Amino acid sequence: MNGYVPSVTVEGREIDFLILALFVVSCAVLALVFGLILLYMIRYRDESGVYRGHPSGKTWRFEISWTAATLAVFFLLFIWGGDLYVRLFQPPADALQIYVVGKQWMWKVEHQGGQREINALHVPINRPIQLVMTSEDVIHDFSVPAFRIKHDVLPGRYETLWFRVEKPGTFELFCTQLCGVGHYSMTGEVVAMSQPDFENWLSGGAPAGQHEDMAAAGKELYAARGCSGCHGEGGVGGSPETTGVSAPALAGLIGSSVKLQTGATVTADEKFIRDCILTPDKTPVAGYPQIMPSFAGQISEEKVLRLIAYIKSLRSGNRT
Amino acid sequence: MTHSAAQVSYLDDGHTLRSWLLSTDHKRIAILYIVAITFFFFVGGVAAFLIRYNLISPNGLIGSAETYNRLFSMHGILMVWFFLVPAAPVTLGNFLTPLMLGARDLAFPRLNLLSWYLFVIAGFIALYAVVGGGVDTGWTFYTPLTSFYSKGHVVAAVVAIFIAGFSSIATGLNFIISIHKLRAPGMTWYKMPVFLWSLYATSVILVLATPVLAMTLLLLAFERIFGIGVFDPAIGGDPLLFQHLFWFYSHPAVYVMILPGFGVISEIIPAFSRKELFGYKFVVWASIAIAVIGFLVWGHHMFVAGTSLYSAIVFSLLSYMVAVPSAIKVFNWIGTMHKGYIRFDAPMLYAIGFIGLFTTGGLTGLFVAALAADVHLTQTYFVVAHFHYVMVGGMVSAYFAGFHFWWPKMTGRLYPEMWGRVGAILIFVGFNLTFFPQFLLGYLGMPRRYFAYPQHFEALNLLSSASAMVLAVGYLLPLGYFAWSLLYGERASANPWGATGLEWTTPSPPPTENFAVTPTVTQPPYQYEHAETVSHE
Repeated sequence: MNGYVPSVTVEGREIDFLILALFVVSCAVLALVFGLILLYMIRYRDESGVYRGHPSGKTWRFEISWTAATLAVFFLLFIWGGDLYVRLFQPPADALQIYVVGKQWMWKVEHQGGQREINALHVPINRPIQLVMTSEDVIHDFSVPAFRIKHDVLPGRYETLWFRVEKPGTFELFCTQLCGVGHYSMTGEVVAMSQPDFENWLSGGAPAGQHEDMAAAGKELYAARGCSGCHGEGGVGGSPETTGVSAPALAGLIGSSVKLQTGATVTADEKFIRDCILTPDKTPVAGYPQIMPSFAGQISEEKVLRLIAYIKSLRSGNRT
Repeated sequence: MTHSAAQVSYLDDGHTLRSWLLSTDHKRIAILYIVAITFFFFVGGVAAFLIRYNLISPNGLIGSAETYNRLFSMHGILMVWFFLVPAAPVTLGNFLTPLMLGARDLAFPRLNLLSWYLFVIAGFIALYAVVGGGVDTGWTFYTPLTSFYSKGHVVAAVVAIFIAGFSSIATGLNFIISIHKLRAPGMTWYKMPVFLWSLYATSVILVLATPVLAMTLLLLAFERIFGIGVFDPAIGGDPLLFQHLFWFYSHPAVYVMILPGFGVISEIIPAFSRKELFGYKFVVWASIAIAVIGFLVWGHHMFVAGTSLYSAIVFSLLSYMVAVPSAIKVFNWIGTMHKGYIRFDAPMLYAIGFIGLFTTGGLTGLFVAALAADVHLTQTYFVVAHFHYVMVGGMVSAYFAGFHFWWPKMTGRLYPEMWGRVGAILIFVGFNLTFFPQFLLGYLGMPRRYFAYPQHFEALNLLSSASAMVLAVGYLLPLGYFAWSLLYGERASANPWGATGLEWTTPSPPPTENFAVTPTVTQPPYQYEHAETVSHE
């Protein structure tokens, strides 16, 4: 078929197999439906003198049979599709995280090493990649047909998508959520390369001057934006004695449980840290006065991601 | 029985414009609706034509992405709210409900007229919005795109749909109450024609779901005009909230479109198979089941939108459940044909076409209900093809089937049967050739709503666009021969098809008061006698 790209991920091939199964089931049902209709159209046409006999009684036997058969087939398809979906949702623990920001009408990508690219995503093959995606404006959708996956990219949230490419190659990237006039032009490519090629690309492929590590760039922001004034150097936390105000420690924060003044306990993920930076009033941490100012509108999504990368790099007791 | 002066046909009961525009006769209001609905169908069709024209070339032929986005938004808004949702209830439903019930009129005739006016006002505001100013959000109005980023007359479009919603609610209420209170003596619930059951289920959805749409659109307008943060996260809203609310209406709305179609088919198949409907009670309760379960599947539009894993699994299961009653109906229709005496008049050809197209649409629904398959197929042309098979292949075929079936009753004239059959076949073939390639395009990954597209999608798009011409001829043809039949068509007898049902016991066209004597019902519906042969030729 013109434009057909065989799937280059294991999960994509499983999706293809599921679609094939659905296709076979559909063809069987259509053959049955069309076959019977055609047969009856010919056999029982008005002019036909074929003996009709008595109309069949006990219609409920037919009803129960075809309802049960339909339910059984549907249930199998549901289990199949659901099981695969659940696996698609859960990235391996060692996935390489890459950050994606959508905006009208381009894709901005930033690697952990600080390499940035636009409307392109370079990834190594045979390694699970997890995209952490957000949008600066409207909802977009990151879709790679060759991987058989897509996911919406929302403003104000971090959505994730993972895949593992088996073969090197260049694959089409589409935005598949209507995002305005330029929606159709919000396309790009995903370039899968061998690990050595990818390393080469990381060190030389991106333009000079953009090689700063995301966490390092976040550290600069941390100082420049005055975060360290309250939360202390290296995110150790502040107290009236040290920084003049009580501020929670950030080192070791990621993945920990945080108790809020509302009584709720939340897990500190990327989204939580983002909310704390942009809408701190909504996430007041128990035991601390809520005096943190909002940085909404003052700091771009990409810079928030760099700050998060820095905060994630801070382990408990770490004084970098 | 004496033919009193009051026994004048509803068409001859006054010839002034006023006698039409101020009529509270359900039959005249149905005709008013037919005029309005047909107009919007063809305006929406022109937009569809231009969309297919643009997609002939990978670079787009109409020159501007903004124009293209406005076209598909116009197509969606007009076709969904000003054709598909109202079409069957307000035309066939309005005309037939009192006739099938053995009643003089609907329960609230003036409310019925009011809903027509609301519909027309809404329609003109919508036309102003989509033609005068333009809306480029798609018919789905996703936030925050619609909240602030989109230019154009979004608020006008939203107001139009808001008003049209009140028309829907009034119509739904009217049908529910009429079916409860106005059934002829002896017509128990299980002696009602399936069309009325379908309309009842449809009306329940209209009354329960439409207010949610109205609230959602109001919130959207408040956000856009006053900047009140409801859906845009930049001002404290939640973008997924809009999708939940929107689909809570818009998925049941799909059943509003298709359920009356099921009813029409359930009338036509027995009439042209000369045989009782197979499994009447199963067909009836399948409609009710669809109306109920249909409220619980909206989340299947959001499998890749960022909702929780568990909700997706539940919505997938429920989506499979809602497909079961539809499958039951298809099997029962085929069961009705078994050992029948089948005739192939145009209504039957449309009905058979409906079964084929609707079944294909329903089966491809299984693809997008399967979670993992949906991840690949959603938001591509696969989905476009899927819902066109259900709504256009299914619903419009059923609407046309019903229109042909009851045309002699509505107008007192016969349409040219040969042309009717040609139209039915043209639409079936043209439809498949237009939309089947879109399944392939979707599987290959072509996204929806793209003004321009990669070169390798060109061949299938070209096939789809070329075939759309066949489909367009198929849809224009009935307009021609129906108009012809109004002037030159042979006079129809009271019951040209030899069909059962109270509507066939009164003259064609019916007198204003429908029945000279209130009929009494003693038999279940569809008591067809095999030996009886009735010809209308």
